[in-house]
Amino acid sequence: MAIGWYLVVSALIFCVGAVGVLTRPNPLVILLCLELMLNAANLALVAFARMWGSADGQVFALIVMVVAACEVVVGLGLIVAIYRRRMAINVDELNELRG
Amino acid sequence: MSAVLFFIAAIGALTGAIGVVMLRNPFYCVLALVGHLICLAALFLLLRAEFVAAAQVVVYAGAVMVLYVFVVAYIGGGDEPLTRIGGALKVLGPIFALALAIELCIALLGTALKGVSGHGAPYVAGFGSPRDIGQLFLTKYLFPFELASLLLMVAAVGAVVLARRRRGLEEEEPDAALQRRYRPDRPVFTGTLAEAAGLRPGAGTGEGEVEDQSERETVPAESNPTSEGGW
Repeated sequence: MAIGWYLVVSALIFCVGAVGVLTRPNPLVILLCLELMLNAANLALVAFARMWGSADGQVFALIVMVVAACEVVVGLGLIVAIYRRRMAINVDELNELRG
Repeated sequence: MSAVLFFIAAIGALTGAIGVVMLRNPFYCVLALVGHLICLAALFLLLRAEFVAAAQVVVYAGAVMVLYVFVVAYIGGGDEPLTRIGGALKVLGPIFALALAIELCIALLGTALKGVSGHGAPYVAGFGSPRDIGQLFLTKYLFPFELASLLLMVAAVGAVVLARRRRGLEEEEPDAALQRRYRPDRPVFTGTLAEAAGLRPGAGTGEGEVEDQSERETVPAESNPTSEGGW
């Protein structure tokens, strides 16, 4: 398959993830959609690595995975802290920094 | 063959992505994301990125998703409204995403990169293998590698700090409160094993210890059971 097809799939996944981030009210699902967007970027990186025949893009993809894992851990910690405070898990109601 | 595999994996990945966005229950969203990640790993394999595909399955679909499932089970994911209530984003979000998709497709069609329409560079043995990646990580990308480990540690510490139980934030454990409330008040040094063995704790520090001892010798416990408070 041509590299362009992979990039098309990557673009579509990114857009689907963007829809989720913009429309879903649950921060947990927003984190999941953020994962989708990061994975789309990963797919593009790996496709470009294949295109140039160098493994640098794959190294970038692995670094992106590390960053995504960190983001998930901190985000889930925040969600658990919000839940402990008996607040609604909804980004429309969580609109101020004061706890 | 590779074209068939590509379309199966691509359709699976897109279906999983749409499932994450469209499903109501967060638990099913996580499961859809697991399917999406596995299809994406198949795409990585088609792109000759074996190590990245393995890391995707092990780290993402394995570890990170287990974390998600635990948190969903903890906060109790039930059915929920799919979109925000009355927000302008409900309409603007999909429009924005559609515009982004069209823009990206235009960019792809009009690209000056000749390699995009090709099948990639000629394959050399060992491309994308753990040996190749590891060599790059320890030579050319050593600084990002170390930075990534530092970032992971900071994130782990931050998550523990964020999600720990804070004192006074919530009521304590119910049985601990119960024990403290209903602990019977009785004289000190009574009813303990040390007393039964004849050893009085706090020897030398307790006041009136000698008098207590003499009283015990003169007054038998059977004749005056209430002298020690009934214990």
